[in-house]
Amino acid sequence: MAVSETPPASEAQSIPKPPPAWLSILRMLYRDKFALCAAIFLIVVVFCAVFGPMLLGEAATDQNLRGRNTPPFDFSQHWTMWLGGDALGRPLLARIIVAAQNTMMIAAGAVLASLIIGTTLGLVAGYTGKAASQVIMRLADVIMSFPSLLLAVIVLYMLEPAVGNLIIVLAITRIPIYLRTSRAEVLEVRERMFVQAAQVMGASTFRIVFRHILPVVAPTLITIATLDFAFVMLAESSLSFLGIGIQPPEITWGLMVSQGRSYLTSAWWLSFWPGLAIILTTLSLNLLSNWMRTALDPVQRWRLEISRKKK
Amino acid sequence: MKSFLGKRAIASAISLVGLVILVFFLSRLTGDPTDLYLPVDASQEARDNFRRIHGLDQPLMVQFFQYVGDLLRFDFGESIRRSEPAIDAVLRGFTWTLQLAAITMALVTAMAILIGSLAAFHVGGFFDRLATFFSLVGASAPDFWIAIVAIVIFSVNLGWVPTSGTGGWEFWILPVAVLFIRPFGLILQVVRGSMISTLSSAYVKTARAKGLRNRPIIFVHALRNAMLPVITVIGDQAAALLNGAVVVESIFGFPGVGKLMIDSILQRDFSVILAAIMVTAFAIFLMNLLIDILYAVLDPRIRY
Amino acid sequence: MSHLLEVRNLTVDFHTAQGTVHAVRDVSWHLDRGECLAILGESGSGKSVSASAVMNLIDCPPGEIVSGEILFEGEDLLKMPSERRRDLNGRRVAMIFQDPLSHLNPVYTVGFQISEMMTTHGEPKDKARARTLELMKRVGIPDHENKFDQYPHQFSGGQRQRLMIAMALAMKPDILVADEPTTALDVTVQAQILRLLEELQAEYGMGLLLITHDLGVVAEVADRVVVMNAGEIVESGTAQQVYKAPVHPYTKKLIAAVPGEGEMAEPVGQDEPVLKIDNLRKVYGGFTALDDATLTVLPCETVAIVGESGSGKSTLAKTVLRLEDATSGAAYYDGRDLVSLPAKELFELRRHIQMVFQDPTQSLNPRMSVYDIVSEAFAIHPDILPKAKWKARVQELLEQVGLEAAHMSRYPHQFSGGQRQRIAIARALALEPQLIICDEAVSALDVSIQAQVIQLLKRLQKELGLSYLFIAHDLPLVRDFAHRVVVMQGGKIVEQGPVREIFESPREKYTKDLLTASPHPDPEVQAERRKARMELEKTA
Repeated sequence: MAVSETPPASEAQSIPKPPPAWLSILRMLYRDKFALCAAIFLIVVVFCAVFGPMLLGEAATDQNLRGRNTPPFDFSQHWTMWLGGDALGRPLLARIIVAAQNTMMIAAGAVLASLIIGTTLGLVAGYTGKAASQVIMRLADVIMSFPSLLLAVIVLYMLEPAVGNLIIVLAITRIPIYLRTSRAEVLEVRERMFVQAAQVMGASTFRIVFRHILPVVAPTLITIATLDFAFVMLAESSLSFLGIGIQPPEITWGLMVSQGRSYLTSAWWLSFWPGLAIILTTLSLNLLSNWMRTALDPVQRWRLEISRKKK
Repeated sequence: MKSFLGKRAIASAISLVGLVILVFFLSRLTGDPTDLYLPVDASQEARDNFRRIHGLDQPLMVQFFQYVGDLLRFDFGESIRRSEPAIDAVLRGFTWTLQLAAITMALVTAMAILIGSLAAFHVGGFFDRLATFFSLVGASAPDFWIAIVAIVIFSVNLGWVPTSGTGGWEFWILPVAVLFIRPFGLILQVVRGSMISTLSSAYVKTARAKGLRNRPIIFVHALRNAMLPVITVIGDQAAALLNGAVVVESIFGFPGVGKLMIDSILQRDFSVILAAIMVTAFAIFLMNLLIDILYAVLDPRIRY
Repeated sequence: MSHLLEVRNLTVDFHTAQGTVHAVRDVSWHLDRGECLAILGESGSGKSVSASAVMNLIDCPPGEIVSGEILFEGEDLLKMPSERRRDLNGRRVAMIFQDPLSHLNPVYTVGFQISEMMTTHGEPKDKARARTLELMKRVGIPDHENKFDQYPHQFSGGQRQRLMIAMALAMKPDILVADEPTTALDVTVQAQILRLLEELQAEYGMGLLLITHDLGVVAEVADRVVVMNAGEIVESGTAQQVYKAPVHPYTKKLIAAVPGEGEMAEPVGQDEPVLKIDNLRKVYGGFTALDDATLTVLPCETVAIVGESGSGKSTLAKTVLRLEDATSGAAYYDGRDLVSLPAKELFELRRHIQMVFQDPTQSLNPRMSVYDIVSEAFAIHPDILPKAKWKARVQELLEQVGLEAAHMSRYPHQFSGGQRQRIAIARALALEPQLIICDEAVSALDVSIQAQVIQLLKRLQKELGLSYLFIAHDLPLVRDFAHRVVVMQGGKIVEQGPVREIFESPREKYTKDLLTASPHPDPEVQAERRKARMELEKTA
């Protein structure tokens, strides 16, 4: 074998130094216009949720009986009235901005709680003995077979329909999603060669789970969480719409749709705008989740790094 | 196969038992129905009488074992509100829901598979982008909002279809259309994704090398493989519909099991709640079984 | 007179993330009836691209046929209407692929898939069925009547390739394109499949286009050969010419890199063994994967374990490393039994025995940088090195395996296969082990890269006094590398001894079979072997 053992230098140097991760992510986001719009819209929503009640809290509860059911697009009015006024003459736009806080908080709280609890249980079920795994999975089955709305109704009937309780109820119903996903992924990932390589080095179970398995599983879970955020928002809206979620004077978008329902024929905008806010937010979350599925996968990422020249 | 069936049935039975116990006690924690059914000024005697008739005067545990005893004789109890056997009310409602779910899912499945497959075959093309966009919007839309917007447009303004209630076929259009949108959007996306990966698989390459036409490549070679992940999602969506589309049913005044369930909860009609849960749970168990069988039929590698 | 198939000045581009790649540039070759042309090249050489273009299997986009012609019986395929072109596929030009399991549709019976080839091209169903049975019998599927309604997963790898061949031959095509038809198969099965292809080629008078990376396969079946590198044809001629008198430096390099020609190593002197495996046994359910294996590894020695798939060689590695629990037996390292050691002591021993896996793409965590991957050894065994020195040590290790310090912050997917395996070796070395178990560590690599990695392993052995337990299926490679060879079959060790003894005077029939089945890169040698084999069969 008359072969030198070192590879040609050109091969070794051909690997370009990658730019910092955040920069390449921003660049990828910039290339996908849909995902970019979605991200910008979500930033606006988050901004409304954080600062809305502080800035517009007064305006949103300011009743004005002469302005009852003011039609939208009357630009001579104050800008908060541009989307019209509600049955008590309160400015709809201001109310939508203020309601963003409760809507977002409930969804974020529920998703975060179910993500953390579900993933932890899933990791345990996937990487430990059979007994623990069996108990956890049966528990998930019971939750899954429980009609989630029914659970919500019963719990909210017993407890008070406050923000915190709503978060708990919604979180419980979503735990099985993360539990099952993370368990299934762990079962797959733990068989991969690099986990075996770590075992050969003597890595502890803790290290294998948190250093090797979790980072591989995380993108999938984050993608699902984004999608689930939309789902939880819809569930909360449904509950509020049915009158068993948030109670007035607190508001969420779902409750606003419900409140506007009695004026459907005379003042469509009362239900229309908050509904549109829900659609646009969930749509953005869906778009972003689709984008993340490729962007968070180092093997798939190149698809988004392709320059536009190609098209 | 037999042992698989047995295991499946036992697992489902266990979770059903847990469910019944949980719901029995939780629902009773929501309060005493007496106040709901009798006038505020009803005498203590009338109240006691009401409680005795409906067995509410006993301690909770006694009530529970009585209920279980009745259940073993297939007696699901009486409905307080309707004074008829709870199971009758539930089965009536469930029949409506089943029809609604069956019609909707049949349409969703057929359309999603057809459009999803074609979109996947022309991936990146105009048709694909259009389908993807609409499926995303569909999957994002809150059904109650779609329902009321649809009522305003099609019933109130255009007067094409009735707003709510039951009757001829025209009463089915709006509920089916509204229920159609979300599952359609979700399933379409799964079909498309699954189809794209199947179409780039090695055996499709073989089929092309054999000189097959596009149609058998898509609908014979790729589709059957692509259906495997899709079936699971179809099952989940169908289960959600079988549980009763509570919101849509109540908006359209549709007498399905979902509306029955929510009404019964609000009116503390305990036997009806429990009967409804058991009936839907059983239906979902049967449907999951069907999905598993379908899996084995589609993929010869799966044997139970 | 025009050729049966002629590719003229074909250029195909692929538009990828890194810009446009010229998959093949200005490639020309031709194929006539009854002859076998081999396209030889390593991965990324573009050897399959022109065949894919012939079969119309290039996805456009991202692919683009920039220029050139593909003449089939004088008519340009690229200008032909798509419907006619589709009809040629399968009927006049058929193709078989590398990995028959994934190239057969898992949800349809093999009978359906073979007859479909005929029904698609207008044969009636009953006739197609009869011919399918006939074909299945011809390619050597036992009990073919009952196998008609079985699914691909119910067959062995070799049988699946036979079924693919049956499918391809259904319409008696004029050309058969075989894309790495034997790469995933064991050597003995490879020999059978190649022979079947040769017989059928003679029987049908087809032109055979064989795409391969293996000079031995070329020597066995090809009349002419085209050598490709980086999308261009660098050399062409008869198989004999190209092997004996290569002109282009790339061809020379390729031929030089072929293992099995070098000096065989002499046995290392007697010493206390590093590893002593004693009657090791592993049973899965009722299946004995490893049947009382006994062997030793001496310091600075390379012991190769060879065998075909299912021989139990990987199970041996896994039980020694406690990735699987042994059913019975022992494996002593430093006087302590690895198989029964309690977890805590095992942890201490772990660093002395490391492993390099087959596929570096899978054995490196895709979400960890090279620095994280290599330095993890120090994180797990903190007593090796204080944290302040990690960086310097990782740099040293990378340089030791022929990489650069600058590679530390990169991720595995940014490297080539050979470089990834170097990273895996650096990781194993980080623990300063005495023994490294290599489980098919170079079989996923190209021949020239293989040779480089083997050289690296040899150098490290000399420098660091390492012992290797080298698991492989490739006999020529083992011949060049090992001091001692252990031959396994069906979970049992059938023969073991110094490398020279095994290769020059094997005692067991199985070892002899393995040796004769492994093709030699020299067409002359290969022709002689074939003659000998045929005579052997005649007398038998």
